[in-house]
Amino acid sequence: MFDWLQHFADWLIYSVFGIGAETHLGVALNFFIYDTNKILILLFVIVFIMGIVNTYFPIERLKDYLNRKKLYGLEYFFSSIFGAITPFCSCSSVPLFIGFVQGGIPLGVTFSFLITSPLVNEVAVAMFIGMFGLKATLIYVVSGILLGTIGGWLLGKFNLEPLLSDWVKQILDNNMQQAEFQEEKRTFYQRLPEITNSAWDIVKGVLLYVIIGIAIGAAMHGYVPENFFNDYLGGGEWWTVPLAVIIAVPMYANAAGIVPVIEVFVAKGVPLGTAIAFMMATVGLSIPEATLLKKVMSLKLIAIFFGVVTLCIMLSGFVFNILL
Amino acid sequence: MSKVIKILGTGCPKCKSMTSVVNDVVSENNIEATIEKVEDIMEIMKFNVMSTPALVIDDVITIKGRVPSKAEVLALLN
Repeated sequence: MFDWLQHFADWLIYSVFGIGAETHLGVALNFFIYDTNKILILLFVIVFIMGIVNTYFPIERLKDYLNRKKLYGLEYFFSSIFGAITPFCSCSSVPLFIGFVQGGIPLGVTFSFLITSPLVNEVAVAMFIGMFGLKATLIYVVSGILLGTIGGWLLGKFNLEPLLSDWVKQILDNNMQQAEFQEEKRTFYQRLPEITNSAWDIVKGVLLYVIIGIAIGAAMHGYVPENFFNDYLGGGEWWTVPLAVIIAVPMYANAAGIVPVIEVFVAKGVPLGTAIAFMMATVGLSIPEATLLKKVMSLKLIAIFFGVVTLCIMLSGFVFNILL
Repeated sequence: MSKVIKILGTGCPKCKSMTSVVNDVVSENNIEATIEKVEDIMEIMKFNVMSTPALVIDDVITIKGRVPSKAEVLALLN
């Protein structure tokens, strides 16, 4: 699919700039040109498609669906899928959380949404397709959704409502005034320019991260020796999974910046499962997110939430390394 | 009649771009309106919105979760 782009990169670096294909610099530059362009094309396409999906499934409709339907335990799974298709913005997580809980959706089901939403997002998916191919992307997405399902279900088993902030409990007790909302009546073609614009905005927003991530990746590709991680960092040892996850949890990195670096880790000998676990912990949990959630939850609840998700990510890392 | 415009958002990049779009529309078209930024999450939740930024004109939520174009905001204000 991207052969033409590879030809272009070869031509640009080896012929136009005249940098040899056998030099470190040539390899690194070629990789950089090829990857940046490929990723940007993929990003735009995926974000655009998700934009179309989202105009038909706004979050209010998903909430209504979860609220009305009797799903016999499947509500965790659906909530997790909805989390995956909704675009994630860290500043929306608090309004989302309250909206769900206020709408009578159980806390565990809300957590399913909250776990998957940052984990499986359009930017991460596009980066994954570009860097690891369709199969690995599918594994990432499916396991992200399962993780949200299981994590939410587990959290739903504890009695966590008393651990919400006082003002959230108040909201739950008093029914608040419902502001009037004008339903979208515009046709698909009327919405199209705006979907295109917002896809561009998202691509522009992550452009810098993509370039920095790929630049670091490209440099490492050219200079880090093969099997470096195997030889020096324990490669496939079991303890690398928890270690990678624990390092990644407090980190806050844009998926766009982190995937190219992870790709190099994998190319140089880190097992894909460990890499996926690292990635999930980086985008799924972070200190900034915890700070935001502090407005609606007690510290204890945040700790339980992070703890359960961290454990789930570690477990999935082990499972990947066995399966892949 | 002067309109009351409220922009709900906790300060993410999207909320900032919505604010600048609305500011531009109001000043370019000499619309009589007061623009208020609502950044406190507790206040935002009183409007029952689940995705920010949201645009509230005279207490009616008109847009939520996305940044509108100038033309769209102008149409909403007229």
